[in-house]
Amino acid sequence: MSDIRLTGITKRYTRHAAPAVDDVSVTVRDGEFFVLLGPSGCGKTTLLRTIAGLEQADAGTVHLGDRDVTGLPPRRRDIAMVFQGYAVFPHLTVAENIGFGLAMRKAPKQEIAEAVEYAAGLVRLDDVLDRYPSALSGGQRQRVAVARAVAVRPSVLLMDEPLSNLDALLRLSFRSDLKALAKELNTTIVYVTHDQVEALSLGDRVAVMRAGEIVQCGTPMEVYDRPATRFVGGFLGTPPMNLLPVRRAQDGWTAAGEPFAVPEEHADRVGDELWAGIRAENIEPSTTEVPGALPARVRLVEPLGSQLLVSVTVGDESVKLLTPTDFPAGDDSRLWLRVPPERVRWFDPASERALDGTDRAGTDRAGAAVSSG
Amino acid sequence: MTARRVLGYGGAVLLAGWVLVPIWFVVVGAFSTADAVYSYPLAAWPDWSLESMRFFVTSAGVPQALLSSVIVAVLTGVVTLLLAAPAGYALARFVFPGADAYRLAVLSTRAFPVVVLSIPLAVFFLQWGIYDTVWGVALMHTALALPFVVLMVSAVFAGVPVDLEEAAQVFGCSRFGAFRRAVVPNAAPGLAAAATFAVLLSYNEVFAASILTLQQPTLPVFVLTGLTQAPLPFRYAGALFLLAPAFLFILLIRRRLLGVGGGPTLR
Repeated sequence: MSDIRLTGITKRYTRHAAPAVDDVSVTVRDGEFFVLLGPSGCGKTTLLRTIAGLEQADAGTVHLGDRDVTGLPPRRRDIAMVFQGYAVFPHLTVAENIGFGLAMRKAPKQEIAEAVEYAAGLVRLDDVLDRYPSALSGGQRQRVAVARAVAVRPSVLLMDEPLSNLDALLRLSFRSDLKALAKELNTTIVYVTHDQVEALSLGDRVAVMRAGEIVQCGTPMEVYDRPATRFVGGFLGTPPMNLLPVRRAQDGWTAAGEPFAVPEEHADRVGDELWAGIRAENIEPSTTEVPGALPARVRLVEPLGSQLLVSVTVGDESVKLLTPTDFPAGDDSRLWLRVPPERVRWFDPASERALDGTDRAGTDRAGAAVSSG
Repeated sequence: MTARRVLGYGGAVLLAGWVLVPIWFVVVGAFSTADAVYSYPLAAWPDWSLESMRFFVTSAGVPQALLSSVIVAVLTGVVTLLLAAPAGYALARFVFPGADAYRLAVLSTRAFPVVVLSIPLAVFFLQWGIYDTVWGVALMHTALALPFVVLMVSAVFAGVPVDLEEAAQVFGCSRFGAFRRAVVPNAAPGLAAAATFAVLLSYNEVFAASILTLQQPTLPVFVLTGLTQAPLPFRYAGALFLLAPAFLFILLIRRRLLGVGGGPTLR
């Protein structure tokens, strides 16, 4: 076990294009389940591969615990990795695959056998140890990949979208297994995914990346409830966070022509426009007129099983909200939306950054996301 | 069956017959007694006599020529694979400027006819002292086989996922160790097929070998030079000796060769 300190990591694949990873500094705490989340091409996998030593950064340093491993090849870093495409060796049996890392370290046979047994037990592969990977299902192969990584008892365990090649049902059950496994191992884990649900459900902390930078880093509930930028609010959550333009009028602020309360600390701003970020589940709809609520018209109702996803228009703006399944929202009916002021996240339209505590708008970029841990 | 299918199958049977009937008569001639070979018409079925074959392999010069051919073919296979493996690996794994041009350049070496190169080649080989040696012929055959084998080997390596190599590196291998432990075992059948291709090309190559040898002819050269004076049984048996390895090897590696053309086969 050890913490991971990345300092000023920059990686370019082609000289003149934008860097894949742009001056990222972040510390992953000892024993933490740390998730790198972002759309494809945001640099999350490159960052993971830099920790692994499969890529060498153009600038910056990688520390694992007290060791500076920046220039070291992967085999000298005391890490293990689970690959997106499993990367299980087809010419070795399941047991040989799991024991591969220890065999390369010239561990005694007895020790390898014990480690294989332990790791196989963790992921329930005990009864297929003598088989070859070609005789296994995709889910089993991914288990072999996980067991192979666990067997070497690495100080850092890296996972690159390990669930993305599995079908939906398997993904769900494997996700729970991974979480239980992480608790059992209590090792430092860095986990890359583009799936926000995976990130929120697995991570102790989530770092949201975009265009080679970490935009925000915090606990799952922090990044979900208090997104630092409009991008984070839109990337996390299904549906994405609603953004309602709120404009300065003669007597106060209005949204879609209706009066809308803006907290005093933001009302004093110079600008004439703000964005109110509102999560779909935080909107309280009513079929009767409520004072101070925004009038809306229903465009579309999509039953999701446990909830209804209702698309409405407020003036010219479209807004999505989630309601209980028994909510009487018919197409084209009128609704009144109450938005609890404390659930609104305010953004500056110019910088697209949030306007409160966690925000340090204008001072730095990735810096705002760096943990002090 | 529709008319299209009748036509298709009919065409296939015709084509197969066009190739196979002469070969069958070679087999018949090679496994018949001399009397049967000279009789007219030639029997459609051999009488399974080894007389012709025994006559061929005991003829003066044949054992030496056969030995030369085998040595040259094996040398060609080994050297070609040793040279083609790194080149094919580089083509399969690395993006480098001019990779496509390199692919084309590799093949374009075959655009120069050996006939044109024969005189300068003979001169150079004389100067280097490898004229009329198995080494000289093997070198020439390697040059002939290399372009195709490089491309075949690159397809074989491209079929082994990079993931495997990276996994091996993460779990304790050096770069070369990862190649040896993760790539080679999975590429071995394809590499063997590629090497076999080189071996066969060498075993059946006659033109370059006839230019570059005098006292040490390979089997095709020996058979060819004696062809007009040789008795019929000798010709039949010789033809069979030249045909057989190609037939057997293609039978064994057919699936591999097809796999090579079809791209990645692993995973």
